[in-house]
Amino acid sequence: MSENQPAATPPANQPPRRLFLMFLAALAATILLTVAVTALLVSIIERKREARQPYFQVVAVDETTTDPEPWARNWPRQFDRYQRTVDVTHTRFGGSSAMPQQKLDREPWLRRLYAGYAFSIDYRERRGHAYMLYDQEQTERVMQRPQAGACLHCHASVVPTWRRLGLEAMGKPADAAALAADFNWPAVNRGFEIASLMRYADAHAELLKTPDGTPHENVPLMPGGTGRPGAAPGPTTREMLASHVGEAHPVSCVDCHDPRSMQIRITRPGFVRGIQALAQSKEPLPHLPSVERWRKGNRAKPYDPNAEATRQEMRSFVCGQCHVEYYCAPREVIFFPWGKGLKAEQIEAYYDQHKFPDGTPFMDYRHGETGAPSYKAQHPEFELWSQGVHARSGVACADCHMPYIRDGAMKISDHWVRSPLLMVNNACQTCHNFPEAELTARVEAIQGRTAELIQRSASAMTAMLDAIGGAQAAGVSGPQLEALYKLQRQAQWRLDFIASENSMGFHAPQEAARVLAEAIDYARQAQVLAEQLAPGATTRPSTRPVVPVQGVTPTARPQ
Amino acid sequence: MFRPAATTFLLAMALTLGVFIGVGAYTFSYGEGFSYLSTDPRACVNCHIMRDQYDSWQKSSHHAAAKCIDCHLPHDFVGKYIAKADNGWRHSWAFTFQDFHEPIRITPRNARILQNNCVSCHEGIVHQMAGGVAGIEAMSCVHCHANVGHGP
Repeated sequence: MSENQPAATPPANQPPRRLFLMFLAALAATILLTVAVTALLVSIIERKREARQPYFQVVAVDETTTDPEPWARNWPRQFDRYQRTVDVTHTRFGGSSAMPQQKLDREPWLRRLYAGYAFSIDYRERRGHAYMLYDQEQTERVMQRPQAGACLHCHASVVPTWRRLGLEAMGKPADAAALAADFNWPAVNRGFEIASLMRYADAHAELLKTPDGTPHENVPLMPGGTGRPGAAPGPTTREMLASHVGEAHPVSCVDCHDPRSMQIRITRPGFVRGIQALAQSKEPLPHLPSVERWRKGNRAKPYDPNAEATRQEMRSFVCGQCHVEYYCAPREVIFFPWGKGLKAEQIEAYYDQHKFPDGTPFMDYRHGETGAPSYKAQHPEFELWSQGVHARSGVACADCHMPYIRDGAMKISDHWVRSPLLMVNNACQTCHNFPEAELTARVEAIQGRTAELIQRSASAMTAMLDAIGGAQAAGVSGPQLEALYKLQRQAQWRLDFIASENSMGFHAPQEAARVLAEAIDYARQAQVLAEQLAPGATTRPSTRPVVPVQGVTPTARPQ
Repeated sequence: MFRPAATTFLLAMALTLGVFIGVGAYTFSYGEGFSYLSTDPRACVNCHIMRDQYDSWQKSSHHAAAKCIDCHLPHDFVGKYIAKADNGWRHSWAFTFQDFHEPIRITPRNARILQNNCVSCHEGIVHQMAGGVAGIEAMSCVHCHANVGHGP
């Protein structure tokens, strides 16, 4: 036996020991290789499974499920990204943090532009989708001034609430089952009109009375969804909101997706009415082929985006339900001013001819320094995008702001909606084969030029306000003052249209420059006219007291 | 003769080797390993990354004229298998460890192969163009004709 061989003969023992070690090494190597191959096999199986099964539905969702939590269980990948909208992001010209910076402090001319309107008391940088409801209920514009329930058209997952209000107004059952049964456009339209004209706090209270799909759970996922239980209601909006109990949600899954088919869809009556008016207009819309197609048909029924829009158009339309220009204040149900087209001057022309339901001419506010009836641009992203080369090339909002990303073998669209500058590879390089640094530099060149033009327009605008104030102090009034007012309104509207738009000109660079050139021109025209009517107007101090901020569209005639 | 210990080792070795070969062969077959030796374009979408390229190739002008390998691999036997091995190793590493730039970009080496293949079919038309054949570094056909093979 080899084991019992005497120690005196070690050489005889050498070969078996070496053999033993070699066996051991080979054994270990083979084991490790087998482990590696098995791991590879499992990885291949996993990827193949991902590629085969896009999702596995574990809980039911329906038309009332405004709470994103049940959706999260079925579509965890999309949800993970959606939830990231709470994160802080920054680009050179935009960004957000715990409490966003006051734009008013950074750009003092904004206070003069919005004099008399609530935007002059609080106007901050934007934040991610997660904060839309919370920030809405923090801003002094809403907290200190009597805003309307129309705000919730875009700041909350509000459709089931509209449906409930509509069904109740129609005298039909409006319990959870009735709300979940169907989208029910007639009821949604009815409720939309009712909620639009409510006081903000009352509309918010209605939100909390509507089932959200998770009856036994009342912890809102995103900030701002709930009030402080037991607090006594008080006279201000803030106190009334604090007294609310229950759960409300910022825009969530059901606002863009059909809970049965997961198809994206339009849910906002404001957009439906706006796009129908736009379809009726003569404005060429080469970037919206389904509208052009509808125009060539018999037009028996109004254009219906849910039935007629292409999938690619829908990937812009869902965003265009909110990222647009609209009137959203207490004097009229919210509307999109698209009846003459989407360009700044076409929207202006629409407002010029528009009358409030009581027959008085349309305006957003009366300018606090000069008294000129003025228009406030909201955030016309959809409108400006429509004038740009990306729209003409068939690139949708979602292509850049929600680009496709890969998770394992699965392709999903990135529900962390944000600036494409934060994801240049997926957002831009899919089409533009250039290095990321080059693409970023191109965007920043466009934005830098726009920012410079905005500053020039702002200087022209403040010089105009000084000149009109001086002319008023010199006694200019009547039709002469009306002519100045018109130029002021035109200059302000154009400056505001590009300055409030959230792309710093990128959505349509040439159009942005054109609109700002007009803004400068109208402002300087006003200045020249004021100087002609009252020589020295530019340097004469205004004697008109600055009207305190009304915050909402005034109803009374000015003094 | 082998002693019992050595026999045990051999047996263990044979067993592990057998398991390795078995699992390896199954993985190779489950991972459709043989398809990589073929010229079938479907082999290129086995790992799901190039699905967009494959789908768009089916609608492209070159669909009837060229398959993936006609443009992306050298036409000579040795060059072809070297390129297959090179890309195969890099792609499987990248996809298994999920570590690569997206959207995917062609490597300089593969861009040279591609350019040579454009020229090898279209030489009759392009041979007079400056740098068409010799000056590959100076001019790339797909710089302008980016979508003839596939998008995006």
